[in-house]
Amino acid sequence: MDKTWNNKAWFLVLPVLVLVAFSAVIPLMTVVNYSVQDTFGNNVFFWAGTEWFEDLLHSSRFWEAMVRNLIFSFIILAIEVPLGIFIALNMPKKGWGVPVCLVLMALPLLVPWNVVGTIWQVFGRNDIGLLGYYVNALGIDYNYVQDPFDAWITVIIMDVWHWTSLVVLLCYAGLVSIPDAFYQAAKIDGASRWAVFRYIQLPKMQRVLLIAVLLRFMDSFMIYTEPFVVTGGGPGNSTTFLSIDLVKTALGQFDLGPAAAMSLVYFLIILLLSWVFYTVMTNYDAER
Amino acid sequence: MARIDVNHIRHSYLPNPQKDSDFALKEVHHTFQDGGAYALLGPSGCGKTTLLNIISGLLHPSHGQLLFNGRDVTNLSTQERNIAQVFQFPVIYDTMTVYDNLAFPLRNRRVPETDVDRKVRETLDMIDLAGLAKKKARGLTADQKQKISLGRGLVRSDVNAILFDEPLTVIDPHMKWVLRSQLKQLHRRFGYTMVYVTHDQTEALTFADQVVVMFDGGIVQIGTPAELFERPRHTFVGYFIGSPGMNVLPVALEGKTAKLGAQRIELPGVPKADKGALELGIRPEYVRLGRDGMAVQVSKVEDVGRHKVVRANLEGKEIAAVIGEDDEVPAEPKVRFDPAGINIYADSWRVEMGA
Repeated sequence: MDKTWNNKAWFLVLPVLVLVAFSAVIPLMTVVNYSVQDTFGNNVFFWAGTEWFEDLLHSSRFWEAMVRNLIFSFIILAIEVPLGIFIALNMPKKGWGVPVCLVLMALPLLVPWNVVGTIWQVFGRNDIGLLGYYVNALGIDYNYVQDPFDAWITVIIMDVWHWTSLVVLLCYAGLVSIPDAFYQAAKIDGASRWAVFRYIQLPKMQRVLLIAVLLRFMDSFMIYTEPFVVTGGGPGNSTTFLSIDLVKTALGQFDLGPAAAMSLVYFLIILLLSWVFYTVMTNYDAER
Repeated sequence: MARIDVNHIRHSYLPNPQKDSDFALKEVHHTFQDGGAYALLGPSGCGKTTLLNIISGLLHPSHGQLLFNGRDVTNLSTQERNIAQVFQFPVIYDTMTVYDNLAFPLRNRRVPETDVDRKVRETLDMIDLAGLAKKKARGLTADQKQKISLGRGLVRSDVNAILFDEPLTVIDPHMKWVLRSQLKQLHRRFGYTMVYVTHDQTEALTFADQVVVMFDGGIVQIGTPAELFERPRHTFVGYFIGSPGMNVLPVALEGKTAKLGAQRIELPGVPKADKGALELGIRPEYVRLGRDGMAVQVSKVEDVGRHKVVRANLEGKEIAAVIGEDDEVPAEPKVRFDPAGINIYADSWRVEMGA
């Protein structure tokens, strides 16, 4: 039988195409446009070619921000993933404790990012902040405004406080899906607590953990609001991550060309990492 | 291998059981002989899995004692009891190979690796999976996975008993048959004490030497498949075993005769009961359909393959009769009850008949 070819169905996709064009493609093209031009104001632009990209790749400022950002992502993953698993393992599986724990865990996730920043900005202050004041009262010299190390600690603890819950909730979902028979069989096989974790719980959590790592990595790689509110990228440049640096370049210095080039490189990095994660995850699915 | 004594065990899932109905398992007192193949048969919720989990130690009974070879194990953990259990859904360790799955219980018990290797290879041959030893366990079919669960029990040669909790539920019908006969073979060759929980009478009757029929938290009858068929101790056993189940008809007794409406039925002896709700039980296989006897109205004839089931009305009561595949229902059908198949029940429990 002959198939009727009718391309009118493409019109159904049109609204989405228009929406995406206005929300993503056109802004992106504007950025591309800026990234290859230079201006001295008055809306007069000159062709700059790949100059901004070359500058960027030779700029130590960009690489330093990148390294800071990678170190930050690595540290929070190294803390949040094991901590999240640990908390999920110890959460009650039934009874009244379940809703209580779930609500407590979900609370930090519901707080808007700039509010989280403000909370910690105040919390850590030496003069009026509960944390800052008492830590100093204990004789520990803590000042996130002046000491880069203290600033890092504050930003990391803030992120752990804010986002560990996400890992916990994902892991918990994986854990409760394990039928009782697995634990009973493990008892009969004489498995130790560690063996139960290693061979039953961890394999069942593997999928959700991958998603958790992906989400946490992406989020932390583009973190902006919270450190901006707490430290403003300082002291010095010590907590200036990629996005903070980008905003400083674009809106602080109004260097549109370099900022556009940086956005594109930043975008490509995220695209590349998403692709790597996506491939790893689909391969893992195919293997099953 | 061990003899298992279930000594007056009762179990309730409630913290403070008061009434009899609070107990999921009402008093069970029974001995599973060393090397016996037992089936626990009963409908869902009758307490059979509870009893099994008490034997394996996954549950601690509210009352009573459990003995293995005379030794009290009531307070020992599952691990210390050295029991193997196969669950309804295959439990395998996804990330391990078939070989490592079988080695797992031995390695957990710190058995030297050379012994592990020998035992695992033996077991792989036993359950017919030697060809898949190096494969990851998660890629296997349901019946292969269930064999691995079984293998993890068999690999420990010193287990006291192997318990099965409806192990063939998720297996395809034709593989069910294969697995069941393999189990039977293993039992004959190695003499494990096996307890097999099921709600499928065919499974119970083909697997076990002794079938324990459970109903509403208690044991109603223990016997060989033939005993359960010929002499059901309780009308429930009559209904539950056999297809179709036993015909149970309310009767009045008068010496060696039972009266059902206008009909008089000759009994093989005088029942030793005169009070309670009296009933006559007869399996459809013992109802003879022919031209003489009590008149019935036939309502339906079901051809089930090897034989036909005739549904009829006798004195206002539904009865079933089994006739041969080639037999015809006569024009004016009448039934007779074969005295060999008649049982009399008082308040649902079977009563003996004298001479």
